[in-house]
Amino acid sequence: MSRIKKLFKEKEGSKLLSIYYTAGYPKLNDTLEIARQLAASGADFLEIGFPYSDPVADGPTIQHSSEQALKNGMTVKLLFEQLKDLRQYTDIPVLLMGYVNPLLQYGVEHFCQSCAEVGVDGIIVPDLPVYEYESLYKDIFARYGLSNIFLITPQTSEERVRQIDELTTGFIYMVSSASTTGNKLDVDTSLANYFNRVKSLALKNPLVMGFGIRGKEQFDQALEYADAAIIGSEFVKLLDKEDYLDRIPTFIADIKGLPISV
Amino acid sequence: MDYQVNEKGYYGDFGGAYIPEMMYPNIEELRKRYLEIMEEPSFKAEFDQLMKDYVGRPSPLYLAKRLSERYGAKIFLKREDLNHTGAHKINNTIGQILLAKRLGKNRIIAETGAGQHGVATATVCALMGLECVVYMGEIDMARQAPNVARMKMMGAEVRPAVSGSKTLKDATNEAMRDWISNPVDTHYIIGSVVGPHPYPDMVARFQSIISAETKKQLLEQTGSENPDIVIACVGGGSNAMGMFYHYLNEEGVRLIAAEAAGKGVDSGESAATSVLGKEGVLHGSRTILMQTDDGQVVEPYSISAGLDYPGIGPQHAFLHKIGRAEYVSITDEEAMQAGLLLTRLEGIIPAIESAHALAQLEKMTFRGNEQVVVCLSGRGDKDLDNYMKYFGF
Ligand SMILES: Cc1ncc(COP(=O)(O)O)c(C=O)c1O
Repeated sequence: MSRIKKLFKEKEGSKLLSIYYTAGYPKLNDTLEIARQLAASGADFLEIGFPYSDPVADGPTIQHSSEQALKNGMTVKLLFEQLKDLRQYTDIPVLLMGYVNPLLQYGVEHFCQSCAEVGVDGIIVPDLPVYEYESLYKDIFARYGLSNIFLITPQTSEERVRQIDELTTGFIYMVSSASTTGNKLDVDTSLANYFNRVKSLALKNPLVMGFGIRGKEQFDQALEYADAAIIGSEFVKLLDKEDYLDRIPTFIADIKGLPISV
Repeated sequence: MDYQVNEKGYYGDFGGAYIPEMMYPNIEELRKRYLEIMEEPSFKAEFDQLMKDYVGRPSPLYLAKRLSERYGAKIFLKREDLNHTGAHKINNTIGQILLAKRLGKNRIIAETGAGQHGVATATVCALMGLECVVYMGEIDMARQAPNVARMKMMGAEVRPAVSGSKTLKDATNEAMRDWISNPVDTHYIIGSVVGPHPYPDMVARFQSIISAETKKQLLEQTGSENPDIVIACVGGGSNAMGMFYHYLNEEGVRLIAAEAAGKGVDSGESAATSVLGKEGVLHGSRTILMQTDDGQVVEPYSISAGLDYPGIGPQHAFLHKIGRAEYVSITDEEAMQAGLLLTRLEGIIPAIESAHALAQLEKMTFRGNEQVVVCLSGRGDKDLDNYMKYFGF
C-alpha cells in the first residue's frame, strides 16, 4: 500500500497536518534538514515545492520564496540530489509541488523515475490540466506508482469533482476559497456550503484542505470538513526567522494542539 | 492543410489550456460560448458598427510609392496605426468587451506592456461603462508614462506589477492571480494571441479583420486579392495573426513574422523567441518560450516594449514548426533606422514595434514588381521620446 493510502487509513479520524515549503529557501541546502525536523515534530505529510519563475497560483509569500530559491541556485535536478537519502530520515508521505514547465523540461518520465528513486509519493502540479494528464501522462505516473493530486475549488462542478475523484489515487486537494495562496481563510456561509457539498459527495479519496490555513484556528475549522489540512505561506514565513529549525517543533505543536514532541 | 485550432484547443502540439483549476470555470465558460456568441447576428452587427464608426475601419491600405521605389517592389502598408487609440489592439478589445457583456461580466482586467493594450482596454471600458483594472509592470509604468496617464484619464485603475522582473510577463501573472481571486464577475481581456485556449483563437478571429480587409482592398487596387509577401511584427503575435489569417490557406503567399532581436540574438539581450526559445508552457499554453535548461522563464529584451515578451502565441509556434511562416530577427538598430526611413520617405511615424516589420524590407532582394503588404500595427506617438533619444534629435 502506498504511504499516502496507509496514512489516511491508519490515522483516520485524527487531525492530519501537512506542511508546504519551497526547496532552496531560505538556504539552498536545507531541504532535507527541514523535512527531517518537520517529520520529527509531528507533521503528518509534506509538500516540497520546486520553484518556478512565474507561479501564478501563489501569493506574495510563496512568490518571494520561489524567487529567492531560484537566486540561491535551486533546480529540479538539485532537488532530487538533495532528496537522495530522504527515506533514511522519515517514512511520512512526501509530495513535490510545482508548475508544469520545469517538470516538462526535466522530462515527465525522468521526473517520475527520479521521484520513485528517492521515495517521493506524489506530485501536485496546479497547471497540469485533467485532459492533458489523462491523455499524455497518466500511464507514466502509474508505471512509477506516483499519485497525481488535483485541485478543486468552490467553482468546480460536481461532475468535474467526480471525474477528478475517479482519476485520483491519493487525495483531493480542496482549495479553501477563490484565492491564490497566502490569504486568510474566513469560513462564511457560502464557503461552509461548499465544504459541506463536497463532503456530502462521499468521494473515494480523502479531502485535504489548503490555501489560507494560517494557524490552529483555521486548522481546526478545516478539519471539520476535511481529512487533513495544509499550511504553506505561514510556514514559509517562519523560515524567515534566523533559528527556523529550532522553531519548527513549537510551530507544529501549536497547530495540532499537542505537546512539543522534539 | 489545416492551420486552425482543433476541438481540443491545439495547433499540432501547441496550445491547450495549462491553467490552475481556479481558472477552469471561467476558461471553460469562454470555450463553450465564444464561437456561438461571435456568430450571433446582434453581436456581429454591434461589432461591425463599432469597427466602422468608433475605430474608423476599414483602415486604409496605402501604396507607399517612395518606399516602393527604394526597394524595387510594390509595397502596401496596412494602416492599423490610423485606428482609434493608435494600434491594432482595439480590434481585439472591442470584440472581447462585447463578449464580456454577453457573459454577464461587469469587471474587466487586462495586462499591458507598452500600454497600448491597456489603453485599448481602458477605452472600451469607458465606452461600455465597465470597471477596469490594468496590470502593468512597475518598470514599464515608468518607461511608458504617457500611456499610464491615458488609462487613468479613461477611468481605469493601473496596478503596478511588482513581482519577478516587473514587466509584461509579470503583469500577465498578476492579471491571472486577480482572475483566480475574482472568479465570478470578472472577464480577463488578454492582449495578444497568447494564453490558454480559447484565447489564441478568439483573439486571432477578432484581429482577422486586418487580412479580410486587405484582401478586398488589394483586389480593388491591383485586381488580385493576394500579394506575394506579407510581413508583420510579432510580440505575442496578434497583429501578425490578424494579418496572416486569411492568407494561411493561400499557399502562394509568403508569410514573414519579424521578431525583436534586441541587441542581437546572441547578445543575451534579445526577444527573438523562435531562435532562442524551446518548447514548454507559458501563461497557460504549450508554445515556444525563452527559458533556462531548468524551465525558468527568461526575461527578454527589446527596445520596443510591445515586443518584449518571452513567448509567442501557440499558433505561431505551430506555423514556425511546420514552416508555413518564416520567423526573422530584427535588431533595435535595424528597427529604429526603418522607423526613421518611413518617416522621412512617407511622412508616417511608425510604432517601434511596427518598425521591426518594415526593417525586414531592407534584408530582402526583390525581383521587381512583387507585391508586399506590411502591417503597420501602430503609430509612433508613444515612442517619440525613444526616437528622440536614440537619434539625438
Ligand atoms: C503597435 C504594436 N504593434 C505590435 C505589438 C505586439 O503585439 P502583437 O504581437 O500581439 O501584435 C504591440 C504591443 O503592444 C503594439 O503596441
